[in-house]
Amino acid sequence: MEAQRETNDLRLTDISEKARWMRRRAMQMVHAKKLGHIGGDLSATDILAALYFGVLRYDPKNPNWPERDRFVMSKGHATGVLYTALCAAGYFPEGWLDTYMEPASKLNGHPNRNYLPGVEANTGPLGHGFPIALGVAIAGQLSGADYKTFVLTGDGEQQEGSNWEAAMTAGHRRLSNLTLIIDRNRLQQGAPTEETVSLDPLEDKYRAFGWEVSEVDGHDHAALLEALEAPSSGGPRCIIANTVKGKGVSFMEHKTKWHHGVPNDAEFDQAMEELSA
Amino acid sequence: MMTAAIEEEGFDCRKAWAATLESLAAEDERIVAVVNDSVGSSNLGGFQKDFADRLVNVGIAEQNMVGVGAGLANGGRIPFVSAASCFLSARALEQIKADVAYSEYNVKLVGQSSGVAYGELGATHHSIEDFAWLRALDTVTVLAPADPWETEMAVRWAAAHQGPVYIRLSRMKVPDLGSDADGRRDFTPGKARLMRTGADVTILASGTMVHLALKAADILAQGGISARVYSFHTYNPLDEMAILDAATETGALVTCEEALVRGGLGGAVAELTSANQPTPLERIGFQGFQTTGSVDWLFEENRMTPGGIAEAARRAVARKL
Repeated sequence: MEAQRETNDLRLTDISEKARWMRRRAMQMVHAKKLGHIGGDLSATDILAALYFGVLRYDPKNPNWPERDRFVMSKGHATGVLYTALCAAGYFPEGWLDTYMEPASKLNGHPNRNYLPGVEANTGPLGHGFPIALGVAIAGQLSGADYKTFVLTGDGEQQEGSNWEAAMTAGHRRLSNLTLIIDRNRLQQGAPTEETVSLDPLEDKYRAFGWEVSEVDGHDHAALLEALEAPSSGGPRCIIANTVKGKGVSFMEHKTKWHHGVPNDAEFDQAMEELSA
Repeated sequence: MMTAAIEEEGFDCRKAWAATLESLAAEDERIVAVVNDSVGSSNLGGFQKDFADRLVNVGIAEQNMVGVGAGLANGGRIPFVSAASCFLSARALEQIKADVAYSEYNVKLVGQSSGVAYGELGATHHSIEDFAWLRALDTVTVLAPADPWETEMAVRWAAAHQGPVYIRLSRMKVPDLGSDADGRRDFTPGKARLMRTGADVTILASGTMVHLALKAADILAQGGISARVYSFHTYNPLDEMAILDAATETGALVTCEEALVRGGLGGAVAELTSANQPTPLERIGFQGFQTTGSVDWLFEENRMTPGGIAEAARRAVARKL
């Protein structure tokens, strides 16, 4: 019991350190290239850190290992968080991050699995990752493989109809090996989701589609781990992760401006200072 | 006089497609079928009976269907995603572009009842734009088999090939084309099948138009015009050598396809020859949305008949430089 708690504490410390590194590194990339989607990077950082450093089974030396757990990043614009997570997970050397969005870089503005190990799908247009993850989960169901499939969508992304096609099919097939995580930061590109086209009650919608739904603080690593590792009761699981767009940088939090805003030098210095805390 | 576009005694290539898929599935458990409530229209009743769990029916949801195909490929399967081509190629085009073509997932897309096979149902159900759309995606091999044998070869090749493939099938009955001009039978994607040798004009035809092109060549021969005929079964990659050799050696070209000529084979041949070997070219196919009407009537209206093809060939010959 005591040993288990110690292991868990170590894991939480690791997740916390990785998350801090990812946020700072993503901020540097966006500042250096004057491009990116820092707001959504920061809202999803703790989710990816919990997945890559607490939950997922993978081997960075063998990225196409058939038995690996799959993580499909459907909000493909948040490459700052995806690339820093894959880098910290050991898929490629840190130097590659310095080539972010440079001409012919492996680190596209949106991910490309053919250039970059660890990427499962070339996402970017919204509403694509969830059906792909569904296919991966069906393949696992057919072969009896024990890998798990996780997919992260943005919350505004839920306005794409293809998600609901996938939700219906996954519910129908009772896919217990599939987990959908929604980065519920409540802001889309230009306005709050609830002012644009409201999503609430999101939990009820997924329950009605046959999903097991839980709601967690998307910045609480222990709560994320608990939700991500909860045993399935036999169907697909949806985790609504309540997050803050721009999390960790006071002047970026809850502001649509930072969906794809780029910090100037003074803002960058302040952001880095706050993110070192 | 009405020239029947559909042979009275012919083959529905969907039967060859289904029989081939069933035979491949029996040998290779990685093969799965993905459908959008299209078991009947894809002629997959037998597959469903023999491989119930390997038929993934996502319901009437084409975007999801293609995304699921990409995911199944990620999970080590060889998915054949089969649906009416009007819905598969149009509704799910962004999924085909991003999830399959750009992601380079090993997904086989099978467009059923293409062209104007659903004649009376109108332009929503016609699939005449698919060649233009799919040909634009450079990682996708685009195949248009012309008879049951080519259909079987196309399906077998697709299963063995690592990479995205689009196979365009029809429900219209067509005759077995028999052997190539040299007496053998060779189906190699990217290499057009020379069905008849000829010196005065070359007819490049695909799918349901090939047997009509061969009849046109008979008509032309009676008038002393020797026509070369290709079954041009691959739109991507394009057999540039066959086209440019035909342009050089016969000096006149005709394309025939049950599709929009803009962006289709007509478009492809125009692009290639205008840049390399400008050659008189006549393009048989559709110019835009079609009205309701039987398949025969639509073919006749658009001069997609042996007589219409022969006329086009004479025009091309008359325009020789």
